Amino acid sequence: MTAEHWIAIFVSTVVAATPLIYAALGELVVERAGVLNLGVEGMMLVGALAAFAVGHSSGSLLLGYGAAMLAGMALALLFGFLTLTLQTNQVATGLALTLFGLGLSAFIGRSFTGLPIPGLESLNVPGLSSLPIVGALFHFDVVVYGSLVLFVLVSRFLKRSRTGLQLRAIGESPSAAHALGQPVIGIRYAAVLFGGAMSGIAGAYLSTALTPMWVEGMSAGRGWIALALVVFATWKPLRVLLGAYLFGGVTVMQLYAQGFGVDVPSEILSMLPYVATIVVLVIICRNPRTILLNQPASLGKSFHPDS
Amino acid sequence: MVEWPLRLERRAAPSRLMRFGSPLFAALAMAVTGACVFAAMGQAPLSALYLFFIDPLMSGYGIGELLLKATPLMLCALGLAHGFRANVWNIGAEGQLTLGAIAGGGVALFWGAALGKFALPVMLCAGVLGGMAWAAIPALLRTRFNTSEILVSLMLVYIAQLLLVYLLHGAWRDPEGFNFPQSKVFEDSQILSTLADGMRANTAFILALALAAISWIFSSRTFAGYRMLVAGLAPAAASYAGFSEKRNIWLALLIGGGAAGLAGISEVAGPIGRLQLSISPGYGFAAIIVAFVGRLHPLGIVLASLLMSLLYLGGESVQLSLQLPSAVTGLFQGTLLFYLLAADLFVGFRLRVKPRLLPEAAR
Repeated sequence: MTAEHWIAIFVSTVVAATPLIYAALGELVVERAGVLNLGVEGMMLVGALAAFAVGHSSGSLLLGYGAAMLAGMALALLFGFLTLTLQTNQVATGLALTLFGLGLSAFIGRSFTGLPIPGLESLNVPGLSSLPIVGALFHFDVVVYGSLVLFVLVSRFLKRSRTGLQLRAIGESPSAAHALGQPVIGIRYAAVLFGGAMSGIAGAYLSTALTPMWVEGMSAGRGWIALALVVFATWKPLRVLLGAYLFGGVTVMQLYAQGFGVDVPSEILSMLPYVATIVVLVIICRNPRTILLNQPASLGKSFHPDS
Repeated sequence: MVEWPLRLERRAAPSRLMRFGSPLFAALAMAVTGACVFAAMGQAPLSALYLFFIDPLMSGYGIGELLLKATPLMLCALGLAHGFRANVWNIGAEGQLTLGAIAGGGVALFWGAALGKFALPVMLCAGVLGGMAWAAIPALLRTRFNTSEILVSLMLVYIAQLLLVYLLHGAWRDPEGFNFPQSKVFEDSQILSTLADGMRANTAFILALALAAISWIFSSRTFAGYRMLVAGLAPAAASYAGFSEKRNIWLALLIGGGAAGLAGISEVAGPIGRLQLSISPGYGFAAIIVAFVGRLHPLGIVLASLLMSLLYLGGESVQLSLQLPSAVTGLFQGTLLFYLLAADLFVGFRLRVKPRLLPEAAR
């Protein structure tokens, strides 16, 4: 193992973690507003297809990412309309959103299977990227840098801004917030739409950067892992970031394990991210107080202003 | 200012009529949406709808296929419904189905010859136990470590599928199978017998109907079923009454896992006839929709699984005759559940025309 190896592993870890960061930070904001959207996987898939389809036909990845955000938001709007306006069960509606996204993307995506797309270009940090060995750490693509910006924005928003405080209050007690004249449903809609846009970007990153192609069901459970990450992070942005890198590392480990001379069948190694998700959930949830103290109190419960 | 003349008003009691009307409304709305999708794809909507919903049922073979595909959906959904009623969200039926197939298929491959004519019943039992064992993991983690059964059962779907891939690329691969990742074909005596000649539907359909009857008796006539119902409707009341939450979670997951495992072994010891990489086109997930559309009621689930099965057949039918992607099935499935959830609004609410305020009253 040379320094180059370690840096290569680090770089692929960061890349593998990036879609998880977007999806999980988006869902974090949604859950802090008291809404549980289990449709992340569906929104990611639709985002992945939208980015690929628009990127392939227009040749512009920027347009592709815009389309992915819009597609994610469209699905999120559907979820919001059902759960916030029509008061449907959030768990059932989220599951429906995932199944719908899976079906919709498979249906429309059929004609895009096997087509090429220009991959996302990496940005060079002037001066630093030309350094020997460590230079590799400084030409990630813009979406990777964006994930760090997103992290800063989300943490500052939740902690320091007035709207962030409103959002957290609504997540803890919508009826108290409503009594104080806060727009409970409006803010919840905004949060759900934000979550949709972030899931869209997460999906877009899969189909344009991680594996630049469209494959049916290509998110392979990453949306669900993002949901688990939010629990793992006890609803705190910094821990989402760390958790995502941990999972990115686990995902990458399976690729490099053979290089280390680990003689384990590839199928068993591919189970690692899923097993890790379960293990991590058990560690965090083992103490009921951890969840009780950190989970937004109204998470998953419908709110009707009249009742 | 012009006001919206209608408003939603909460009903004093949930409407029974709407409870049973909303699945019908959802199915109708799905068909209308389907017609629009077909029209958007440049097909004559009515003839496409005919090919999708009617044509597959026009032959005896078609009816057999309807029952065949309805069987695993019915089995999975009947099991899941017990959980959903008790607020236990097992969404990993697909994984439990896979494990049922692995466990039952393993019996056939390794002890099939030794068991002789007892092989089939032992395979079915192993399938049920395999599914139960897989569902016991989220049950244990939820009751012991407070871990969300939604996420755990879902993660186990991916793990089960990778396990199957691993076995079929390794120890369980047919040595004479030209390196294809599939097991050797089961003996005839290890395959469920079909209901009639020229039909692929098999005795598993009868088992599924029997399970529907047992489910109905369990949930409406036994104390254990009642406890689960109370736990779902009023968790606080259930805990004041001293009903054990843990027992409900275990029961819900074991029933769901066992039924899904039976579905899995019935597929491999039925139409498939061996273990192979793909044993289900997402029956375990579609069963979630079946359970809801069937109103979590056994009779409803029987009907809903037939409808869902028709969606699979319709997808194949339009693929064959109109060259449309069969993935239209998934689109229809998702749409159906959305319409159902939206229509359920009218179970608890009704639309009322706002009474016009008279000028005096307004003052």
